[in-house]
Amino acid sequence: MEWDTGAAAWMLTSASLVLLMTPGLALFYGGMVRGKSVLNMMMMSFGAIGVVGVIYVLWGWSMSYGADVGGVVGNPFDQFGLSGTLFDDAGAAVVSPLGNYPQVIDVAFQVTFAIITVALISGAIADRVKFGTWMVFAGVWATFVYFPMAHMVWGGGLLSADGPFGSIAAPIDFAGGTVVHINAGAAALVLAIVVGKRKGFGTEPMRPHNLTMVMLGAALLWFGWFGFNAGSAFGANETAGLAWVNTTSATAAAMLAWLITEKVRDGSATSLGGASGVVAGLVAITPAAGSVSPVGALVLGAVAGVLSALAVGLKYKLGFDDSLDVVGVHLVSGLWGTVAIGFLATETGLFYGGGAAQLAVQVIIAVIAVVFSLVMTTIIALVLKATMGWRISEEAEVGGIDLAVHSESAYETIQQGSVAKEIRA
Amino acid sequence: MKLVTGVIQPHRLDDVKSALEAAGIRGMTVSEASGYGRQKGHTEVYRGAEYTVDLVPKVRVEVLVADEDAPTVVDVVVKAAQTGRIGDGKVWTTALDDVVRVRTGEHGDAAL
Repeated sequence: MEWDTGAAAWMLTSASLVLLMTPGLALFYGGMVRGKSVLNMMMMSFGAIGVVGVIYVLWGWSMSYGADVGGVVGNPFDQFGLSGTLFDDAGAAVVSPLGNYPQVIDVAFQVTFAIITVALISGAIADRVKFGTWMVFAGVWATFVYFPMAHMVWGGGLLSADGPFGSIAAPIDFAGGTVVHINAGAAALVLAIVVGKRKGFGTEPMRPHNLTMVMLGAALLWFGWFGFNAGSAFGANETAGLAWVNTTSATAAAMLAWLITEKVRDGSATSLGGASGVVAGLVAITPAAGSVSPVGALVLGAVAGVLSALAVGLKYKLGFDDSLDVVGVHLVSGLWGTVAIGFLATETGLFYGGGAAQLAVQVIIAVIAVVFSLVMTTIIALVLKATMGWRISEEAEVGGIDLAVHSESAYETIQQGSVAKEIRA
Repeated sequence: MKLVTGVIQPHRLDDVKSALEAAGIRGMTVSEASGYGRQKGHTEVYRGAEYTVDLVPKVRVEVLVADEDAPTVVDVVVKAAQTGRIGDGKVWTTALDDVVRVRTGEHGDAAL
């Protein structure tokens, strides 16, 4: 077999880049919580790597890309333990359907997506959740929500070009607007509500304890996102190059837009706003990276930066403690990016004379993704609440989850929460 | 003996230190402090949420002096720490019963 070694090398590189995003996310999230809970915050990301990394080779791949069951999910037993995934009956390496490289590289690439999607959710439930419950949730949510969604969108299921909406226009989710960001953002909303608010939410200060960590985390996310988006071209080609450029242009525009929004509204352009704008732009361009022009990406990113900057304050008004704004950033910008394809796709978008078909299909898949994730996550979250329970004791929460749950503290002296007296959104 | 304590703006520390050295003071203790007086706190904004921070960073300077030197040292600290704006801090003196130099065991003025 003569492999396309360029594609194989790029896909292995991309898989490695995407895996790095989850430790990057741990830094991004870890810096945003108080010093007494940074280790737990980071461990929720690392825990997701552990749990999902194990179940992906057992049944995750098979449920995503195995034999179709009703257009909703792959059969977990079809390629359980990657049987038949790597080698065919004759012992030859299975070729990826996406390019002339071994399919095992697709497994590598896809497991990293499953990991980060689960890890993203943890930002909604900072400081207050039993580690064991989180670890069980990670496995159960990946199994019943992520793998089916990946199958529906990327595995030839209901939301793919082969599904019922494909006759209107082929749905576009290049790298995970629905599967990753809408999915994780909607799940985060459910968990924030089911788990409940942190003690003191909205009254006590919960300031980010280390913004340099947040900025380093955002930088690592951006770097890893080149694998996420440009790797989703499944080759070292013009689509990968376009996705890379779009990923950078949209993200730069989103960062500026967030900073301007803050400067106008709050009076200062902040480092946390810059880091958040970066992530909002990365999220928004994810589904669109292969189908918009770099100038279209600027528009898409700028709108995402403004939308998410405005959305992060909603939790105070609506009264749910989405601690690190997974909803405001990932759900909002994920929805925007997915829908914006309907306007900005250069071949089928409304603004390019493509009519409304693409837009309609994008709205449909976005809505289905939201509803699917909301419903499934609610069931899982409520079952876990009734069985294992979500919350640590109030005493442990106030004293710091790092010490109470992990028997560690990140720093010799822990900043106390008594230096400020009120917050308002 | 007196203990002269100043709680001052952190950015005035270098000037206060130099002024005390110039006045012949041979030792001092400096620590980070937080607090507020008439200026109250300040506002910080994180993702659009405003936090009113009551306690603001200050530096505490402590100097042990002989009784007769106390007014001069207070004067030196006040002059060096002053910006004329609200939030400059306070300086006060405390009477001490005894001071011991740990290395030699000397007491009183000999230990200063």
